[in-house]
Amino acid sequence: MINWKVILNIAKTHLLTKIKQTAIAALGVTFGIGSYITLVSFMTGLNKMLDDLILNQTPHVHIYNEIEPSKKQPIAFYEEFKNSFNVVHSIKPKQSQKKIHNALPIIDYLEKNEHVRGALPQIKTQIFYIAGSIEIGGNLTGIDIMQEVEFFNFKDYVVKGTPEALKNTNNGILLGSGIAEKMSLGIGDRVQISTISGEIFPLKIVGLYQSGIADLDNIQSFANIKTVQRILGEAENYITDINVKLHTIEDALPLAQKIEQQFQLKAIDINTANAQFETGSNIRNLITYAVSITLLIVAGFGIYNILNMLIYEKMNDIAILKATGFSGKDVQLIFMSQAVIIGIVGGILGLILGFILSSVIDNVPFETEALPLIKTYPINFDFFYYMVGISFAMVSTFFAGYLPSQKAKKIDPVDIIRSQ
Amino acid sequence: MKTVLEARNINKYFKKPVLFHVLKNISFKVRQGEFVSIMGKSGCGKSTLLYILSTMDTDYEGQLFLNEELVTGENREKLSHIRNKYIGFVFQFHYLLSEFSVLENVMLPAKKLGEKSPSQIEEAAMEKLRILGIEHIAQKRASRISGGEKQRVAIARALINDPVIIMGDEPTGNLDSYNAENVFNIFKDLSDNQGLSLLVVTHDKDFADKTDRIIEMGDGEIIG
Ligand SMILES: Nc1ncnc2c1ncn2[C@@H]1O[C@H](COP(=O)(O)OP(=O)(O)OP(=O)(O)O)[C@@H](O)[C@H]1O
Ligand SMILES: [Mg+2]
Repeated sequence: MINWKVILNIAKTHLLTKIKQTAIAALGVTFGIGSYITLVSFMTGLNKMLDDLILNQTPHVHIYNEIEPSKKQPIAFYEEFKNSFNVVHSIKPKQSQKKIHNALPIIDYLEKNEHVRGALPQIKTQIFYIAGSIEIGGNLTGIDIMQEVEFFNFKDYVVKGTPEALKNTNNGILLGSGIAEKMSLGIGDRVQISTISGEIFPLKIVGLYQSGIADLDNIQSFANIKTVQRILGEAENYITDINVKLHTIEDALPLAQKIEQQFQLKAIDINTANAQFETGSNIRNLITYAVSITLLIVAGFGIYNILNMLIYEKMNDIAILKATGFSGKDVQLIFMSQAVIIGIVGGILGLILGFILSSVIDNVPFETEALPLIKTYPINFDFFYYMVGISFAMVSTFFAGYLPSQKAKKIDPVDIIRSQ
Repeated sequence: MKTVLEARNINKYFKKPVLFHVLKNISFKVRQGEFVSIMGKSGCGKSTLLYILSTMDTDYEGQLFLNEELVTGENREKLSHIRNKYIGFVFQFHYLLSEFSVLENVMLPAKKLGEKSPSQIEEAAMEKLRILGIEHIAQKRASRISGGEKQRVAIARALINDPVIIMGDEPTGNLDSYNAENVFNIFKDLSDNQGLSLLVVTHDKDFADKTDRIIEMGDGEIIG
């Protein structure tokens, strides 16, 4: 039978009469947990921002027609050569168009799938930007602007002008910010573009596009699907890419596989496309945890030391308690509860400290060309990390208190009483 | 009369620094309400015997009975409970928890026992302090009272769970003759009127002469 009220009361009295040591031990924990919260909030905020930068604009499944050599070369169709060893030199891609055959029915079909939030058509084409005598190679993508805004946060990347302006302008273009700078163009100006076949079209700049990835901003512009179809002289069903956004990212791989099988198209899922991205996040997380654990171990040693000292000072008390009928376990629990109380108090203060520090960081201005959306340092206020923090504080103080309390449990009262 | 405490052939050795046979075939009984004193030269093993009888020391040979039940070989948890409920111990040096008040010191064993409600415990503790004439210092910190007062607080604490026996290792050793007399009278009264057994180690011949029986020890043996 454990009488918690008595045990906690003794623990409390010990802690309060040694308030200085208690405070130092608790502050160690506070510091450890506070740094953990701050670090992890900042690091994951940063990770999330970088992830969003890529992932928001990346479709969960990207469907297109890959120009690649036929997997089955013509010779394989001849019965006579079936059992011979055939060598084919200089394989060329099959004469195939970039156009997705039956794109519109496929989109309809995809949108009926319950996992799919949206399937967006795009036309990708190479063009040249012409301003006076300058000619710069680039990409023009025909998009359904309002849908892109809805599903891929496109609005975030329109740094000047509005998506609506593109929608409402027949020959409008959202020019990449890099190109705009190179050619000293701004909203309202006209830019001449030329297709690969040499035809020249004037387009009106209704806005600037900036993704934050310079290489992209130097070549990429957007226009309405209809505009691009007209420039290319293609019909209304000319679509080169379909971007699919799903409800959950986990469905991406199976869907991509299904589409490849069903339609003989190339379908890339997001995880395959961005595998290297995970690695970066993982390493940042690893650093965060390594630093936090180090801090907590240091705090743990502080608690260990102070409890050891306390037990040394309290030898007499331990002997008296044992002589008057408290068991070794009771005495152990008295010191364990001291450790855990230090852990809880220090941990909660640490959470508060972490919250304050990350709030401060959250308000520090952070403006960079590369990230047009970001005005202050990113912080991830995820409640989960606060739960981890407090559990961490309690577990580490528990272990720091365990060894000294084990010692207290084993102290022989007779030895102490004799030594008086 | 019922036997409260019985030692049967108790032997104890200290193995370090050299093998030393400190207690040799100690056998005796203490009956209910009996006031027994133990006397003997310094170093003859009185304290060592008392630690064994109080169940704090379990490293011995022989058998120990409390209330006619064998306690030798019980586990530590059980022994703690026995000390808590049946045995009151008074040390030569007033052993109190210095950070707690006098009242809290007295109440602590009862709270551990947990048989009474907090208010009943407080009432009982005040009652014991009153018997010992120190109820006026109940709220004082244990570190801020005189040596004689501390000794009486320790006795009050030993009494709080109404034990069957009180053991004392020179409980009056640090007191002046007036306070020693006072403590003796308290013990005498408890044994006469409340049927409490007492086993007290003392060097004070006058004190011992007034008790019911004297156990003489010499060189680890009972010699009279
Ligand atoms: N832990 C120990 N290890 C070895 N020998 C010990 C130990 N404790 C006590 N002794 C020895 O055992 C003997 C008995 O000691 P004990 O404390 O019981 O004597 P005592 O009769 O109480 O003496 P006093 O009247 O001075 O208090 C002494 O000779 C002492 O030196
Ligand atoms: Mg002694």
